[in-house]
Amino acid sequence: MSPAALPDALNPTRSFQGLLLTLQRFWAERGCVVLQPYDMEVGAGTSHPGTMLRSLGPKPWNAAYVQPSRRPKDGRYGENPNRLQHYYQFQVILKPNPPNLQELYLDSLKAIGIDMAVHDIRFVEDDWENPTLGAWGLGWECWCDGMEVSQFTYFQQVAGIECAPVSGELTYGLERLACYLQNVESIMELNFNGLEGDQKVTYRDVFLQAEQEYSRYNFEHADTAALFRRFAEAEAECRALLEKGEAGDRHLMVQPAYDQCLKAGHTFNLLDARGVISVTERQSYILRVRELAKACGAAWLKTAGGGAN
Amino acid sequence: MPDLLLELFSEEIPARMQRKAADDLRKLVTDALVERGLVYEGAKAFATPRRLALHVAGLPVRGRDVREERKGPRVGAPDAAIQGFLKASGLSSLDQATIVSDPKKGDSYIAVIEKPGQETIAAIAEIVPAVIRSFPWPKSMRWGKASAAGASLRWVRPLHSILCTFGAETEDPEVVAFDVDGIVSGNVTYGHRFHAPGAITVKRFDDYVASLEKAKVVLDADRRKEIILADAKTLAFAQGLELVEDEGLLEEVAGLVEWPVVLMGSFEERFLDIPAETIRATIRANQKCFVLRDPATGNLANRFLLTANLVASDGGTAITAGNGRVVRARLSDAAYFWQTDRGPLPDLDTLQASADKLGLDLSKPLDQRMAKLDKLGVVFHAKLGTQGERVQRIAALARELAPIAGADAEKAERAAKLAKADLPTEMVGEFPELQGLMGRRYAELQGEDASAAAAIEEHYKPLGPSDRVPSDPVSVAVALADKLDTLVGFWAIDEKPTGSKDPYALRRAALGVIRLVVENGVRLPLAQVVKDADLLSFFHDRLKVMLRDQGARHDLVDAVLGEGASGSDDLLLITRRVAALSRFLETEDGKSLLAGYKRAANILKAEEKKDGEGAFAGAADLQLIADAGLIEEKALAVALSQATPKAEAAVAAEDYEGAMSALAEIRPAVDAFFDKVTVNDPDPALRANRLKLLNQLRAATLAVADFGRIAG
Repeated sequence: MSPAALPDALNPTRSFQGLLLTLQRFWAERGCVVLQPYDMEVGAGTSHPGTMLRSLGPKPWNAAYVQPSRRPKDGRYGENPNRLQHYYQFQVILKPNPPNLQELYLDSLKAIGIDMAVHDIRFVEDDWENPTLGAWGLGWECWCDGMEVSQFTYFQQVAGIECAPVSGELTYGLERLACYLQNVESIMELNFNGLEGDQKVTYRDVFLQAEQEYSRYNFEHADTAALFRRFAEAEAECRALLEKGEAGDRHLMVQPAYDQCLKAGHTFNLLDARGVISVTERQSYILRVRELAKACGAAWLKTAGGGAN
Repeated sequence: MPDLLLELFSEEIPARMQRKAADDLRKLVTDALVERGLVYEGAKAFATPRRLALHVAGLPVRGRDVREERKGPRVGAPDAAIQGFLKASGLSSLDQATIVSDPKKGDSYIAVIEKPGQETIAAIAEIVPAVIRSFPWPKSMRWGKASAAGASLRWVRPLHSILCTFGAETEDPEVVAFDVDGIVSGNVTYGHRFHAPGAITVKRFDDYVASLEKAKVVLDADRRKEIILADAKTLAFAQGLELVEDEGLLEEVAGLVEWPVVLMGSFEERFLDIPAETIRATIRANQKCFVLRDPATGNLANRFLLTANLVASDGGTAITAGNGRVVRARLSDAAYFWQTDRGPLPDLDTLQASADKLGLDLSKPLDQRMAKLDKLGVVFHAKLGTQGERVQRIAALARELAPIAGADAEKAERAAKLAKADLPTEMVGEFPELQGLMGRRYAELQGEDASAAAAIEEHYKPLGPSDRVPSDPVSVAVALADKLDTLVGFWAIDEKPTGSKDPYALRRAALGVIRLVVENGVRLPLAQVVKDADLLSFFHDRLKVMLRDQGARHDLVDAVLGEGASGSDDLLLITRRVAALSRFLETEDGKSLLAGYKRAANILKAEEKKDGEGAFAGAADLQLIADAGLIEEKALAVALSQATPKAEAAVAAEDYEGAMSALAEIRPAVDAFFDKVTVNDPDPALRANRLKLLNQLRAATLAVADFGRIAG
């Protein structure tokens, strides 16, 4: 039975949610587990345990998901056409990376309506690094007519641990890609549901108010004393859970511990946006989060998901 | 003679690594061939974003046979020795050995081992996999299933296929068979990713290049560059414009495409209000596009040139439109930065303390930024304090150095205070390469003195041996202050460059100081600022390196710095003295005097060993010479007594040419002396007196330079 074509309103060149659904379906058809967004504040799709933890250890793993990404510092009260403090990433993780990952990626672009006969697709060097996750890899920014539409990375290290095997990670910047597909200049102009007339819902309808409110919160009103406290608490709880979960050569509580690591990370991002972390302190906070991430990664290898027998 | 063709086909290789990788491939493979005695006629390597290729022409089919003789034991030697010989030489019995007779040692065995030359194809099959496995990529990675194992193959990006053929022109070449981690060599390559992705079977280099060309791949990066440059110029010309050439960008762009297609895009004229450098920087850095100018005015045009990797079916309309969108978005950002940076900061009320400390005028935008930089407490280096503290030091030093550089002290201090003020601007935050330049622009806009504004840009210079050295005295004063503060600071915390490690570019800073001083004729008494003797000798070392790189004789630096020479902290004088000495040593007088000096020094050294150090100090006894000496002896004494004070006076007056001429005057007397006079006369009084004369000669040259430190 061949799957039914998406209705016209979900055409990825006209509908933001259509773009999202098309990518999900594309990667589902190629054997990916389609996960839902992780229910915590994270700065990027990589932080989702579906990538961060699952990319460690020997077990094959193929997944795709949308992840709302929070970057408090990037808020512009909804006034900048290209910068938001909350946006979507579409994340694909394939472990080990298949030999034809570049072709699969290009096929996904075709699936969302990019015609390779008229568009100039390029793989431009961009070595990816996430200092708070202790992760790095080699790969490219993928350009479509000079615009970066995705990030393509072969993970070499995650949580300070060598990846064996290596995962291929694709991250699509959905808003930017949609602007291109829909030919609009501002994210807020995006047609969200693909309908027209009074049924049309735009990105502005869905998110403008949130951008304004969160920008106020991120820059002006977040309670910094509470945030400092929360950072310390999350850090302490992460360590405590890692310790309590130790059971010889196994670990029994990695994921709750990792949640606390994510909390610490997001709290740090908020403090950073509030401008209360000096340049010198900044590095030490990044280091503290990285230490948590590394400890979680090491513990993950002692679980079934991490390949422990 | 057969040729080798090798191609390593991979995912996209970073543009900046391609040229060196091609060179490395050629060098590693040909060196290994030569090491095995396989000499070749020519070799050339190529790179595109997806492949490294190598063509080695004129190889032999096999290496030369090697005939080796191995000496064995005497005939009739013990069995153990015979067995050892047979084993070592690979013989099965003594019948295979030859017996040689020696009239003294008697008969002994010799093994003649004939080693047939290795087949070249077999050598290649060994060499290429080894080269691939140990290839010197600046960064490499693992990938795929194989990466589950520890020691899997590393390459710059996943390596997909290897083409390797070997054979003569007249016959079908053979595939050189080998396997690198499951990638089996073959005779297949692939064309352009979108235009001709199918497999192409290849015989040898000629049809390889032609097939690739048909499959929309230009193999040679230099040809791609030529195509891009020619097409860019043609497109510009057609619009009455001129390409702003950019070799670095051209090289990079040629490494991003296999089939270059140059297209022209445009942006709104209103963006031309943004400084041209910014437009160029954003279009270059983010979009890797060229900018254009109006040849009549020299101003930038609202056009750009992009290089696509596709012959688009719509003629490039979509590609141009897409790139234009991104360029516009970037220029909108730049316009926003340009506007924001010239306006007041929102948190002015928090900056007063910093402004007071640094003497800044908070009504001016750039002063506000400097106050902000101080307020933020941005650390320059953990042990050297904040940027704010550093700026205070530089400003004080610039003021102090201003008279030496011939600059107005007020202007130098003001320029130094604003020199780092553009660091917290939005524009420099986005385009770090515009630091200094933006500061200058913003300074001009707020009405700073022209020299002070220029100094903000120029104080970073020179950035290396070939960078321009600023000449405006204000720029010189601030540039010296900036670099000296850095050097003195890092020396104080003992963070000196070691070996190849120089993370703070201290060698470059020292060279900058030297060039600023020498090329502007600045008389800087370094010891006034540099108290650390080790740092002073670091400057001397850098001066030597600079002179050596300029093809000058760096041993002369040691000679003029030698003991007894004064002014060792004045780099300008040292350089002038070296130059004068160098010119002198090229004259006949100079060469001859140096030879005379060496001879005198050697004799003195030998005789001082006998009589003790300092035995011949003091003036020669002129009466003794008059009574018992030779005419040449007298002539030398006279010449020395006249020339020495002249040379000393000239050195004191910093007239080094004059000092050299004074020395030149004694040369005939020195020559004549050695020609006619026997130093070690049997008469001890005469001998001692003559040695005293030689000692006086040594002292005379020492006034100018330590000739003993001159090589050759």
